[in-house]
This record gives sequence, structure tokens and C-alpha cells, in this order.
Amino acid sequence: MEIQKDLKYAKTHEWVRVEGDVAYIGISDYAQEELGDIVYVEMPATGDSYEKGEEAATVESVKAASAIYTPVAGTVKEINPELESTPELINQKPYQAFIFAIHFSDASGLDELLDAQSYEKHVEQEKAGH
Amino acid sequence: MIAYLPHTEEDIKIMLEAIGITDVEQLFADVPRELVLSKPLEIPEGIPEFEVYRRMQALAARNRVEPVGFLGCGSYEHIIPAAVGHVLSRSEFYTSYTPYQAEMSQGILQAIFEFQTMICELTGLDVANASLYDGHTAVSEAAVLALNSVRRSDTILYSSTLHPFTRQVLKTHFSNLPVKLEEIPAAGGTTDLEQLAGRLRPGVAGVVLQSPNCFGYIEDLSGLGDRVHENESLLILSANPLSLGMLKTPGEWGADIAVGDTQPLGLPSYFGGPSVGYITASEKLLRKMPGRIAGQSLDQEGARAFLLTLQAREQHIKRERATSNICSNQALAALATTVYLASLGRRGIREVAEQNLRKAHYLQGRLLKETPVQALHDRPFFNEFPVMLPKGAAEVLTRMEDSGFYAGVDLHRLDPAIPEGALLIAVTERRTREEMDRYVEVMKEALR
Repeated sequence: MEIQKDLKYAKTHEWVRVEGDVAYIGISDYAQEELGDIVYVEMPATGDSYEKGEEAATVESVKAASAIYTPVAGTVKEINPELESTPELINQKPYQAFIFAIHFSDASGLDELLDAQSYEKHVEQEKAGH
Repeated sequence: MIAYLPHTEEDIKIMLEAIGITDVEQLFADVPRELVLSKPLEIPEGIPEFEVYRRMQALAARNRVEPVGFLGCGSYEHIIPAAVGHVLSRSEFYTSYTPYQAEMSQGILQAIFEFQTMICELTGLDVANASLYDGHTAVSEAAVLALNSVRRSDTILYSSTLHPFTRQVLKTHFSNLPVKLEEIPAAGGTTDLEQLAGRLRPGVAGVVLQSPNCFGYIEDLSGLGDRVHENESLLILSANPLSLGMLKTPGEWGADIAVGDTQPLGLPSYFGGPSVGYITASEKLLRKMPGRIAGQSLDQEGARAFLLTLQAREQHIKRERATSNICSNQALAALATTVYLASLGRRGIREVAEQNLRKAHYLQGRLLKETPVQALHDRPFFNEFPVMLPKGAAEVLTRMEDSGFYAGVDLHRLDPAIPEGALLIAVTERRTREEMDRYVEVMKEALR
């Protein structure tokens, strides 16, 4: 399981990469492994606005469907168009396959995210709980 | 007779110990005492097979089969080609439940695929699922689909001209959910489209209409699709699929979702069911469709093969995130519709629709001209029409039945908001000119 050092993570297994006032959001390697083969990603529409913690996308695998929450409030700046035809990119390159990017107005949600080290601990705890 | 219990005393003891109780009854501790049956079920002793036959035959002999039916209002008496019964009676179809190892059941998947294809062609929409329970629950599923597809929506507008049962099912379905249902009144037998337009606002997920509606009248939906879409809502149209053999399709009206009941296509009325609900939608709603969708592909040898393309929507994958509780479909009854449509073909379905229309108009014309009944409204209709009787429907229906006719459906009995004396008369291709002519004579007598 890979946990990329320079990213922030949510307890719900999204990774977040911040570029200026835009947050790119995907799911962690651990999350994609747990989900199994991903067959569909339901995207938000560009321009839609979301509250902090609101469900903005759904990742569906052969085993389960999981909600993807946005850690910050804002409007959707772009979505990853490649995932429409090749959702398996999330399995292959979880940290490159962002799902959507949010242009945020308020960065407060970012403080609650975990760094790579804390996220690794969080994953270990979840595994132990299984 | 002995009760069939698959577990031994020992099995039960181990299971009870595992969950830390001593008696099976403790599992039901949360059920209020007054709801628990305190004595054995009153089921009579078993009787010999021959005796069962004799009793059933005596019961069957009490059925009245002789009256000529003009009943409709959602369930119709149409001609069913012999091929339908023949295919249905093949054990490969009638003994199988929903295919769990779906791709092993190529025949069932092909039947589902063909059902979907023909429903799409009839409705003019892109994707259909394998079927739903019936037309009424299909409307609820369509409403759910709209609510799940339109962001931040919580309201469904529906016409008061939906079948009364459909309105009841909608109310039941959403009774404990944070969803607002708003009924749009009718004006002169069809939906008041101005009132409807006035209710469009943010939060409205979908607008549900039925055409032909519960009076049999055809709704004129010109321009409605655009108005609904400007509001970012979805247009849901419930339609008798037989009427689509000649009327404008939901797709042509700009509907996003079409639903209905395929009972008119190859199914008898039975005793009120089973029938089949269909749901079809534009491609952008594909991923949120309830139930399952069969698809066509190639197997590893390059031969045509069928598969369950989409079943991820169901509970076993989506669990609490599932948008519908539909996991299977009305496979055998939907097969009846598939064989019916395949038997009739494109021209046949149109011819049946036209015969329905012509015969219904013939009977309506004679009734209005020669008897004291009046048209409820002056509106175009397909194969059924409402008339106002000059006296209570119950009395007239009894007299007509005594003379050999099931004369129609008492609309007031189904919906007290519809005035007393409103009778809905359906005429299908099964009815002959002689039967209709006699109907008119008997009606004259009954109203004398």
C-alpha cells in the first residue's frame, strides 16, 4: 500500500492536493484496493457548488459503491474526463487519477485533513478493526 | 401434516447459545404482546387430492365468464396470440427465478434484452430496464430516479389525472421520506398545464403525467418538456404502451422518463395481476436506473452473447446507498409482453392500436347520440372514454351485468373526487360490432 507523502488525506480515504485555491481530490491506494475493480465514477457537474463534507461523487466497484466527500466548500472547477471511459485508472494510478477539483472560497476544511503519517496510522487502525 | 423445520433441536440449541439466549421466543421480545399470535394458525387438516380437485372445480364453476367486458382503467381484455402461452409454458422459463449466475442463462438474458429493446422502440427513449412490478410502482421508481438525479431536489409534482392507484402508491412510497408531493389539478379532464407551470421552481425533481390519463383522455403536452427542462426538472410520462402504437411517444414529447404497465401487451387481467411495469429513460439517467439491464456483447469466441450489463445499482452492491429496492424483475410476465410484441411486429401493434381507437369511438358516438349518457368532457381519447350516467353507476352496472355486460368502471368508486355517475368504458380490438350494438341497446334499457 502506497501513501504519497506530499498529499493530505481525509479519514474517509480521499486524498487532497492543494494548488493555490484549488483542491484536487481522489481516493487513496488503500481505498482503491479495498473497493476492488472500479467500474464507474459518478462525477459532479462543473460549476456546481458544494458544502464542506458534502457528497460530490460516487465511486462504484464490483463490490461496493462509495461516496466521495469534498473536504472544502466551493465550486467544481473541473472533473477528470478520462474516468468516464477508463474508471480503472483509479486502480492503476490512484494518486494521479484525481476525480474532481474544487475551487474553494474557504480553506477551513483543509486543517482537518491528515498528513501522510497520521493517515497511515488511521489506516492501520481501520485494518485492525476489521 | 407436520411442520417443516430444517434445524434439529441440537442445531437450534447451538445457535441460541451462540447469540446468548435460551429460547427462540426471546427473539420476538420486541414485538408488542398484543400483536403476537397466541394460538396455532387455524389451518384445516389436509384433505385427499381428489377432494381438493372437487372443491376447486366447484369454486371455479362459480366464476362468471359469460358477460362481455368493457372494463379497462388500467387492465384490459385484449387478444393474446397463442404463441405467448406456448413460450411461457416452456419450463426453461417458468421454473426459473431471477438468474443469479446470470450469464449461464442466455435464454433469459436474451428475452430481457429483447424486452428492453422493444420498450425503447415503443417509447422513443434510450434505455429500458428488465421490468418492474407494475405500472403504479414504476411511477414511484421514476419519481425516485428524478429525485436522485436532480441535485437538491425534494419535490415531485404529479397530475390529479394519474390513475387513482398510482397516486395512492406515490403517497405510500414517500409517506415517511422527506419528499414533498404536490398534486396538480385537472381542468376539463386533462392536467391544468398553466397551474403546473406556476408550480415549477427550484427543488422540483420531476413532473409526472399520464397519457392517456385516468379518464382515458390524451394529454396535450406541447411545449411542456421545454418548460420542465428550463426549470432543470425531469418530465415523467406514464403511458399505456399499446397507445404508443399510434400516439406520439414519450420521447417525442420530450419526456426524460417513461413508465407504465405492459398488461395490455400479452397479459390477461388474471385476478388483478401479475402485470409488468416498464421504465425507460434518456441515456444520461442510465446509471441511476433501478433494477437490472441486460446487454448484448460478444463471447470469447466472438459469438453474440448476452450479459447483465448493469446490476451494480442493486442492493447487493450499493447496499444502503441503493436508490431502489428492485433487485429482480417480472421475468415471466415480461416475457409474455416480449413474445406478444414480437408476434405482432411494428405493423401489428399499430393495427391493434388503431382498432382500439376506432371501436371505442364507434361505441362512444352511438352512446352519445342514442342514449341519455353524456360525455364527461370533450377531449380526444384512445380506447376508453368516460360518460356521465343520468343516475348512479352501481344500479346501471348491475342491470347491465344481468343483461350480459361488464359495462365499465365506476370512477367515483375509485376516486371520490370524481363525480358520481361517471363511468369509464373501454373498448379493445376483442369487442365485435355486434357486441357494441347490443351494448347500446342494453344501455338504453338500463337507463329507462
